[in-house]
Amino acid sequence: MDPIHQFEIKNLFTIGTFGGHEIAFTNSAAYMVLAVVLTAALMLGGTAGRRLVPSRMQSMAELSYEFIADMLRSTAGEHGMKFFPLVFTIFMFVFVSNIVGIIPYTFTVSSHIIVTVALALLVFLTVIIYGLYKNGLKFFKLFVPHGIPMVILPLVVAIEIISFLSRPVSHSVRLFANMLAGHITLKVFASFITMLGALGIAGIAGAVLPLALTIALTALELLVAALQAYVFAILTCIYLNDAIHPGH
Amino acid sequence: MANGTHDGGSDHDGAPGKPLSDDAALSARLGRLDQRLSSLKDTRKSKADTDERQEQDASARASALARGFRLSSELVAGVAVGAAIGWGFDYLLSTSPWGLIVFFLLGFAAGVVNLMRVAGVVPDVQDRVKGPPRDQ
Repeated sequence: MDPIHQFEIKNLFTIGTFGGHEIAFTNSAAYMVLAVVLTAALMLGGTAGRRLVPSRMQSMAELSYEFIADMLRSTAGEHGMKFFPLVFTIFMFVFVSNIVGIIPYTFTVSSHIIVTVALALLVFLTVIIYGLYKNGLKFFKLFVPHGIPMVILPLVVAIEIISFLSRPVSHSVRLFANMLAGHITLKVFASFITMLGALGIAGIAGAVLPLALTIALTALELLVAALQAYVFAILTCIYLNDAIHPGH
Repeated sequence: MANGTHDGGSDHDGAPGKPLSDDAALSARLGRLDQRLSSLKDTRKSKADTDERQEQDASARASALARGFRLSSELVAGVAVGAAIGWGFDYLLSTSPWGLIVFFLLGFAAGVVNLMRVAGVVPDVQDRVKGPPRDQ
């Protein structure tokens, strides 16, 4: 009945050792592989037919392509499309692993902050490196807004820099906290059912309430899983837009 | 006020002579100001609307929880990063506790700026400079 138990990392088998550290294949890694396999199956299986009138699978694959492509075009412009593989991969990975995590007895990859931080840092470093490569030192104009009096300029620049550095933090914490909090809430309410059920007839009658809540929360979690994948992807697009057009 | 000295017409007929032009100028200025204000407001509003539409489409708008999470994490991230920078600054230069104090406050300011940008209360700086929202 420990609500944290579901987030436990277990070693499935050891791949080898590297510098004295054990490199293990964990349940987290297994679910990441599962998310990749499911995405690949959807994309490859869906597009294998190449029908003019899409089948259901192909329609899903096309919808997910259109969704991300539209999002990227509307936030980062036509130049943003060179980042389509990155954004699409991130979105599908987060989306599929979140959805898989809703199924009981599964493991939610994005409920571990190390995973979301790795994704957020990937985006953050892409923005910095591509921004510097494409715009050179003009990239730093991002921190210097126009039309600010000289007197308060240092203060504003300091605030802008901190604001920029806080991006990967909020980017990763949002996804992680949503998934963690949602799954713990779900587990706690579900455990109320068994606790009340153990109390006899009156308890079983009372257990209907947490049961209804658990069902409602599962639906909410499904929404949150999709929504957080979407939010993660759109923030990626917005940040990439800064790398492409740093013109403040 | 000026009507007494200006021309000797009857009081309420001659009065509009010069004051009328003043009034006209004033109302023209007010009109222009009003126009500018409303256009600025429109820009802000449309910016907020597009942000809203991009970030939370119809189904997503139902989830106020997600929006709350988003806004709070922006604020917390700003403060946390500011505090972390301040602590590192103190650690490296042994200026404790001044770095922490200064950067904590700066981090708070950055968090509030983030928050207001996400909420669409203030437009991004480039929008104010360039005028119309960039992503249309």
